[in-house]
Amino acid sequence: MHIYRSHVLVCAGTGCTSSKSLEIIDRLEKGIIKNKLEHDIQIVKTGCFGLCAEGPIIVVYPEGAMYSHVSVNDVDEIVNEHFVKGRIVKRLLSGSTEGENNSYETADFFKKQKRIALRNCGVINPEVIEEYIAYDGYQALGKVLTEMTPEQVLDVVIDSGLRGRGGAGFPTGKKWLFAAKAAGDKKYVCCNADEGDPGAFMDRSVLEGDPHSVIEAMAIAAYAIGSDQGFIYVRAEYPIAVKRLYIAIDQAKKLGMLGDHIFGTDFSFNLELRLGAGAFVCGEETALMTSIEGKRGEPRPRPPFPANQGLFKKPTILNNVETLANIPVIINKGADWFRAIGTKNSPGTKVFAVGGKINNTGLVEIPMGTTLREVLYDIGGGIPNGKKFKAAQTGGPSGGCIPAEHLDVPIEYETLIELGSMMGSGGLIVMDEDNCMVDIAKFFLEFTVDESCGKCPPCRIGTKRMYEILDRITKGKGEVGDIEKLEELAETIQSAALCGLGKTSSNPVLSTLRYFRHEYEAHIIDKKCPAGVCKELLDYMIIADKCKGCTKCSKVCPSGAISGKIKEPHIIDQSKCIKCGACLDACPFVAIIKK
Amino acid sequence: MKSLAELDAIRKSALENMKVRKDNQGFKIVIGMATCGIAAGARPIMNAFVEELNKRSINVPVTMTGCVGVCRLEPMADVIDENGNKTTYIMLTPEKVEKIVQNHIVNGQIVSEYTINSTQAVF
Repeated sequence: MHIYRSHVLVCAGTGCTSSKSLEIIDRLEKGIIKNKLEHDIQIVKTGCFGLCAEGPIIVVYPEGAMYSHVSVNDVDEIVNEHFVKGRIVKRLLSGSTEGENNSYETADFFKKQKRIALRNCGVINPEVIEEYIAYDGYQALGKVLTEMTPEQVLDVVIDSGLRGRGGAGFPTGKKWLFAAKAAGDKKYVCCNADEGDPGAFMDRSVLEGDPHSVIEAMAIAAYAIGSDQGFIYVRAEYPIAVKRLYIAIDQAKKLGMLGDHIFGTDFSFNLELRLGAGAFVCGEETALMTSIEGKRGEPRPRPPFPANQGLFKKPTILNNVETLANIPVIINKGADWFRAIGTKNSPGTKVFAVGGKINNTGLVEIPMGTTLREVLYDIGGGIPNGKKFKAAQTGGPSGGCIPAEHLDVPIEYETLIELGSMMGSGGLIVMDEDNCMVDIAKFFLEFTVDESCGKCPPCRIGTKRMYEILDRITKGKGEVGDIEKLEELAETIQSAALCGLGKTSSNPVLSTLRYFRHEYEAHIIDKKCPAGVCKELLDYMIIADKCKGCTKCSKVCPSGAISGKIKEPHIIDQSKCIKCGACLDACPFVAIIKK
Repeated sequence: MKSLAELDAIRKSALENMKVRKDNQGFKIVIGMATCGIAAGARPIMNAFVEELNKRSINVPVTMTGCVGVCRLEPMADVIDENGNKTTYIMLTPEKVEKIVQNHIVNGQIVSEYTINSTQAVF
């Protein structure tokens, strides 16, 4: 066995891969060989560290130095200075670590986080099962199979209070118990890895960074309910996750973590992947199962619930990736340990993919009960360019907005529902004063209209009509009474749609109406967009006093709407203006305004 | 997978490989790798440390540092024990390294004749 002096961890998650981390690895390897360091230094490809905004990220041990924004051209300097001479390249250290302390764990971004589901992401090489085992991987499965009865496993999961991280927050233990009690010769364990919310990538990161935790948890679930077959339904748009899952399943089979007589017991469990074609509705549990069965992915009415009649009409449990990633830790450390984290009704942690108008875009895992303010300002680093926070959107197209006055509400399932939003799968989109809330509602509705499977009319027709009204409002053609029509449609869809996705599809509209009704009214009555987003409601104007007549604006105007003589104030012809904003960007004297 | 013991064996061996990534509580070796150190032959010294440690399957992090100012005593290395006590060894050779690893790291006995306080290194 060879021991390396230094380990170099390079993020090979989707985020960093798209900013060339694979080329960086290639260059590192070449540099290491050139300096004959191949027996000293090991390169380890890991999953996502979470700080995607600063990617590509490299962490060098034993120093624990975290380099961020590394480009391919920086690699030689790291090799020559750090690897050869032992001098940390201070210029490339992550900005949030200061002074002598180079270790990334102490950076502000990580300090307030509590990593359970993401415990191995950015720490281990996801393509090497031994590294997962080194960090207590498959211990829980071994313990469950050799020391516990299925009933005891159910008790631990029920006692832990773990709730579904896919969004609805149904108690996981209860779900398992129903399936365990259901009569049937064949039962199935499914993993929902069909992450479809715009802006959400928690599940992808877990699968890319720690695929074995999901495999182990599914085997534990299978033992608890008496199943021998599992399916992971993962979207084909996640090629890295799919590849690592295949590798992980293969390695688990070779080591006998999957297959027959696991740990020398009579328990057998096999696992297969099913690739989804990217339909949003297939993230809904009944549609997902229909899709695994090989049929068109459409939801079916419940009851019968999947615990009794799920996949192939057999008792089935379906858990989200993040939920499953918590299971091995809960088994190892116990229900009491888990309950001590988070809040009474929502124990544990939640992973959020934070995006939008925020400095530290990325993946954070926080204990439940953390306030939105802490997430956005302490971990997220605040809003860029000194802008004012307006709202945060959680729960994707099924969720809603949380405005500034509720920044200090602790994040847990119930509080978010009270605020008219929901936990959702964990997308957290931050909006500042430049975002128009009507436009945001329209964006999510457009998504739902596109993704509606069309099986039930409330969702198929209702969301389309709502979208048309919103579209009209943003184009200055809103009428008095539109808001009431929106509310009526929203209520009807909520009560009449077939599946969870349909029922919640009007939430973005309802929640923006609840907190930002004045913006809707400004669009409809005053025909103005207060945030300056909706093009049709804007007028570009030149302030004559400030205009020096430099003609830059008239040169860039694509529609020839700006006229004027050199060194004299120019004028925009509103009938010709297409409101592209090119003149505003071109003006060196800030003489052009939009309102 | 047949038993928990088998799993534990894999775990231990893998953990040993990855130890460098954990906060290390035990010994630490820091080698002077500034221009002066490298010119005096610090690289073979570092390789010797890594090899000696590997030979004995001991996992002690070997890191590097810059010039401490006594360039004439290079190659030098600090051995820092679990209590933070630092011993500075000077004018190292691969043979000295072997002895340091054997006596100091394995047996906890400082090799006093190679340290900076030894008689041969009068300031």
